[in-house]
This record gives sequence, structure tokens and C-alpha cells, in this order.
Amino acid sequence: MKLNVRLRPIGFVAALLVMWHVAAKHQATPILPGPLAVAEGIAELAQRGLLLKYIVASLFRVTWGFATAAILAIPLGLAIGWYRRSEMALNPLIQIFRPISPLAWIPISILWFGVGDLAAIFLIFLASFLPLTVTAMNAVAGIPPVTVRAGRNFGLSQPQLVYRVLYPAVAPQLIIGLRITLGIAWLVVVAAEMIAVNSGLGFLIVDARNAGNRYDLVVAGMVMIGVIGLLLDIGMRSMENVKSLRWGYSED
Amino acid sequence: MEQTMATTSMAKTVMVPAQATKQTLKPKLRAEGIDMAFTRDGTSVPVLENVKLEVHEGEFVCLLGPSGCGKSTLLNVIAGFLSPTHGQVLIDGEAVRGPDPRRIFVFQERGVFPWLTVEGNIGFGLFKLSKKERAERIAHYITLVGLQGFEKAYPQELSGGMKQRLEVARALAVNPDMLFLDEPFGALDSITRLIMRRELLRIWEAERKTIIFVTHDIEEAVQLSDRVVVMSARPAKIQRVVEIDIAHPRDISSSRYLELRDGIFEQIGLAHKV
Amino acid sequence: MTLLGQPMKWERYFWPLFAAGVLLLLWHFSVRWSHTKIFPSPVDVVRGTAELIRKGVLLHYVVDSLRRVSAGYLGAAVLAIPAGLLLGWYPAAAAVVNPTIQMLRPISPIAWIPVSIIWFGVGDLAAIYLIFLASFFSILVASINGVRNVPSMYRRAGRNFGLSPAKLIARVVFPAALPQVIVGLRIALGIAWLVVVAAEMIAVDSGLGYLVIDSRNSGKRYDLVVAAMILIGLTGLALDTIFRRIEKLRSVRWGFRNES
Repeated sequence: MKLNVRLRPIGFVAALLVMWHVAAKHQATPILPGPLAVAEGIAELAQRGLLLKYIVASLFRVTWGFATAAILAIPLGLAIGWYRRSEMALNPLIQIFRPISPLAWIPISILWFGVGDLAAIFLIFLASFLPLTVTAMNAVAGIPPVTVRAGRNFGLSQPQLVYRVLYPAVAPQLIIGLRITLGIAWLVVVAAEMIAVNSGLGFLIVDARNAGNRYDLVVAGMVMIGVIGLLLDIGMRSMENVKSLRWGYSED
Repeated sequence: MEQTMATTSMAKTVMVPAQATKQTLKPKLRAEGIDMAFTRDGTSVPVLENVKLEVHEGEFVCLLGPSGCGKSTLLNVIAGFLSPTHGQVLIDGEAVRGPDPRRIFVFQERGVFPWLTVEGNIGFGLFKLSKKERAERIAHYITLVGLQGFEKAYPQELSGGMKQRLEVARALAVNPDMLFLDEPFGALDSITRLIMRRELLRIWEAERKTIIFVTHDIEEAVQLSDRVVVMSARPAKIQRVVEIDIAHPRDISSSRYLELRDGIFEQIGLAHKV
Repeated sequence: MTLLGQPMKWERYFWPLFAAGVLLLLWHFSVRWSHTKIFPSPVDVVRGTAELIRKGVLLHYVVDSLRRVSAGYLGAAVLAIPAGLLLGWYPAAAAVVNPTIQMLRPISPIAWIPVSIIWFGVGDLAAIYLIFLASFFSILVASINGVRNVPSMYRRAGRNFGLSPAKLIARVVFPAALPQVIVGLRIALGIAWLVVVAAEMIAVDSGLGYLVIDSRNSGKRYDLVVAAMILIGLTGLALDTIFRRIEKLRSVRWGFRNES
């Protein structure tokens, strides 16, 4: 019985794969690959050494763009949230810049940084910077006044107050923000690689399509993007289980 | 440990009777003509009106009034978290300009830091001590409030009463000379509340802190304090100050207790009948 | 919270204008002093926008982008919310489907571009499909979690009053889950807006994303590129503002205290 329940999700995935296989076999024009062709595609990429190379290239860009954004945006957002007047001044500007899709910056980033890694990293940076700033801003605004008062009562200096009260009080929300933003950064790196660079998983997809309609490699690229996106998300989620942070997630 | 605390406190009370101190010493705290108004939607709403109050060294004073009357605001002004529209608060002859670690505010149990363990919370204000001293101090206060075995627990693993004791321990650990308590036992069940009251009295008698305690519970005020400051509803004014001249431990069925209690009930406009 | 006292009323308008002014001046003078021939100054961008209006493409492109977003997004919401409510309600079913959802969700919708072009050709449908994909999983997962987090107290209370399962979902579970569903809807809208720009750069030949890429490719008109970017920002802001209005509705608001 128990095993049966455990097997159901696997059965569901297997059924989907079979349906995919049958549908691919019977399509009018044999363009889209079946699951087996995709598996072979992944194996081929691994053999040619491209798989690891492209994954590393994509991760390299995401890491640099995302980490730089986090290092700059979190202190900035905390400061803006802490001082009412700075929030008044900058919030409207942030709200206008934030919905500009980072992809709309592609021409400008190519103009500034040329076609290459830097342009893509800049796009990831843009995609992460404002969402993280806003998360930090809102997290500060959401600290209960009691917490801040209790901290001030013990005679902490301003830097101590930031390090010992402000930062731990916002940490749980910051981590949620980091997780959501990393998801967006992963989405943007794929787009950026389709347009602005010549390596990475996004490039693999566009290149496989343009150079000879290798749709098995296109779908192989999609699968790899999904798997790595999932791993990034799981990694970020595991941070939410840290004991000194868990108080912030009463919901689930 | 508890044994020795109790004996020293008794020695202290014998040597310096509370009544004598009150008359001879300057007031520890003096609030002079405090007015306080908040602006809401462009209009000014008065919360405190011409509040004058003196509290002596080692005294236990209750601010009593209906919910939302402004007694919490007064306590926040005294603690330096809010600055009054008019008037000033003097402590030891010095004007209060902000919060000070010599005077610790105990919030309802919401004031404990959820990201720190019991040890971390108690040690929060002890950053100037050496590591060894800090550990000793933490251990001492964990025992004092009976949280042994929960040193590494996070607040969300504690009950309301334990969190409350934790907050009191955190306050006492920095050895302040005044404690401000804002309806500290309001969220507790009635049994825990009784235990906490006894604990607080024990700690007060042992360490002789000056305590200002905000409550809307008449019984609580009469059971605990040397004086009850009865406040009117918004804007809060001091209606009357009632001296509770019964020695601790108090017999809550004595005629004097009932007389004082019913006097306050009447003052607030409630005859004590059900 | 603030250490400098309550800001005055005039400061509400002064500080935003001050910050915007500083930014515009910085932009203007850095363009002038760097003697760039390519990067536009604020004045160039205003002229560019005027040119777009004169040619009549501005409104046309904005409407095209909005049409694609609303079609894909609404389609996703209509399918994902009921599906999410049901899956949240029947945990056994959710357990079966969950691994599949978790595997499909992180595939960037942009990665679907080649496949969607095969299925729908170059054109509106391909772009709409991408937006659908981008929104669907966020809304679905938010709805499932929304239902799961409904306190069992509410369900019991509803059942206590003799509600049938259908009524229980409509009158108790849905309203109780709504705040979380709406958070999911808003995140999804942000991602949809991001994806439409990407889709228009690759898969169609109208809309604001197309305007960005086309202005660059046909003659390096960077004034139009920046004009298009600002339009993308303003339209996105308008969408977000509408959403905040919905969140402020009384019947929805109970769930938001610390939400952004």
C-alpha cells in the first residue's frame, strides 16, 4: 500500500513520457524529438564536453551578476527602508525602473560592454538588483517597532543595532527574496545567452535550432535548464531551514 | 541559589525599611507636566494631559487605567522611546533624552528576539562583559527565572509564560536600576499570571529595582504595588494616587486589601458586584 | 522608527522630485561630458518618443504587448487557479502531480521559444503561449499552497454549518486562500511582463520588445531604445498599480499585513 502510494508520482511521470514518446512518433512532420532522442542528445553533449562547459558558463554568469547585486542591493535597501526620507525620495524612481524588463537593457548592455560575458552579467545584475533592494526595503519597514525599541534599550550603537537587530530581523524575508530573485536571474541568463553571448545553455538552445534544426539538442537544453533551476531553488530553500531563521516562516 | 537570594533580600529590608527611604530620598523619577498629542489625518489627538508623577528609589508603582487610555504612551515617554509634546521626565535629576540600558523596558512577550536562543536573548545586553562573565550571568538568570534545560531553545519553542520570564530575565541581566513593564502578564493564563506576579515580587524584593508597571487589572495593581496611579480615559490624566499600605506577602482576603481594591473599583466607576 | 522625526507634508512631493531631478541631471551631463554620439540624452529620448507618437506606432506597440500579456496571463489564471484549488484540496492528487510540476516549473519560459515557434509559428500565438507558460506555474503553486495553508479550523467551521464540498471550496477555502493566490498572481504578472519583452525580441514583429531590438538593429536608434525601455517601465508600473488596488479591496485585505 505504502509503496503503491510512493510509486504513483513516478507512474504519472512515466505515463507522460510514454505519451510524449507516442506523440513524437506519430507527428505529421518529424521535427520534435521523443524522450529517447533527447536522452541521446544529452549523452552526445556530454561526450563532446559541451554539456559541462555550457552549464559552467551559465552558472558563472548568474553567480557573478546575482552576487554583485546582492552585495550592493541589500545594504542599500536596508538603508533606504530605515530612513523615511530616503524612501520617499527613491521609492517612486525604483518603482519606475523595476518593471523595465532586464531584457530591454540588452541593446544598452551590448553598447556598454560589448558582446560577451560582461554584458550578460550586467543583465543578471539588473534583473536581481532592484527586486532585492525592494525586498530589503519592505523587510525593514515590516520590523515590529517593539523589536527596534527593545534593541535600542540595551544601549547599542548604531552599527551594533544594524548588525544585531536589523539584520537578523529581516533575514528570513531577505532569503525568500533571494530565492525568488535567483529564479528570475536564471530566467534572464537564458534569454541573455540567446541574444548576447556565444556559450551557455541559452546559447545551446538557439544554436541547436539555427544550426541544423537539432531539436533533440534544443529539448536537451531545456531539460538541463529545468534541472539546474530546480537545484538552485532547492539550495535556496534549504537555507530557510536554518534554526535561527525558521521563526520567520510560520506559514508553511 | 534561590535560597541565598531570599535571605539577602530579607536582610536588606530589615536594614532599610521602605517607608523611611521614601521620605528621606529625592525622587528617583519626576515627570513634569507631560502633554502628548499624536497627529492623525491632520488633526491633533491629545493622549496625555498635564501628567505629574514622582517615583521614589526602590518603589513599585502601578499605572492603572482602561485599555487604550494612554498609560502605555506615558510609559514609553518615561522610557525615552517617545518625546512628549510638552513637559519633561527627569530621572536622577537628568532629563530623559532616549532609551538607556540603565532602565529596561519589558514588552509583552513580543519583545524577545525570535532569532536568538534563550541564552542569546539573555546575553543580548551583555556585550561589554568578557565571555566568561557573560556565561556566568546568563546561567544565573536562567536559574532565577527557572528556564534550566531550555538554554538552547528558540522562543517559538517556548510557552507564553516562559517567553515572558525570558524577557524579564533579559532585562534583569544587565542589572538596570529601573524596570518598566507594559502589561507584561496580559497574554498569560491566570495560573501562570499568578506565578509570574509572585516571581516579580520576589525579584523586586531581592534586587530592589524601581519598577513602573502598566496594567488594566485592578487586582493585579493592588496585589503588587506600593502605590497605584489611577488614570482616566483619553486624554489620560492622573485621577488619583492610592497608597497600598499592606506589607508583602499580602493577604488578598484581608479587609484592608478589599477596602483598597473596592475604593479603586468605585473610582473607575464600577461597583464591585457581579 | 525614524530617528529624524516625522516628515512634513511638503516633503512627500519634494523628495521624489528632488531625486528624479538629480538623476536626470546626472544622465544629461554624463552624456554631454562623455561626448558620446550613440547614447541619447534625456532630451533626445523625449524627441524620440514624440517621433513614435507622430508615426502612430507608440500606442499600437503598447496595445500589442498588453494584448499578448493579457491573453496569456488570463488564460493561465483561468486554468491554474481552479486546478490549484483542486490539487490543494486533494493532497493525494497533488502528491502524484507534484514532481512533474516541480520539474517543468524551473524551465525558463524563454527556453521554450524554439518549441513554441514550431507549434504556433512566428507570431502572436507563440508569444502568448510563452506568457501562458511563464504565469501558469507560479499561479498554480501559489493556489495549491494557499489551500494547504487554510487553517483546518476554517474547514471544520464551514462543514459545521452543513456546507457541501463545492460550497465549502467556493465560500470558505477560496476566500481563505485568496491572499496567497493574489501574491502568486502578482509575481506571475511581473514575470509575464518580463517574458513578453523577450518573446517580442525573438518571436514577433510588433510590441515594445520588438521596438527595443528593432530600433537598435535598424540604424542604432538608441533614443528609441531608451524611449521603449521607459514605456516598458511605465506600462509595467501601471499593471502593478492596478494590482495593488485589487489587493487593497476590503474583502481581500485581511491577509496582507507585512506583504509588500
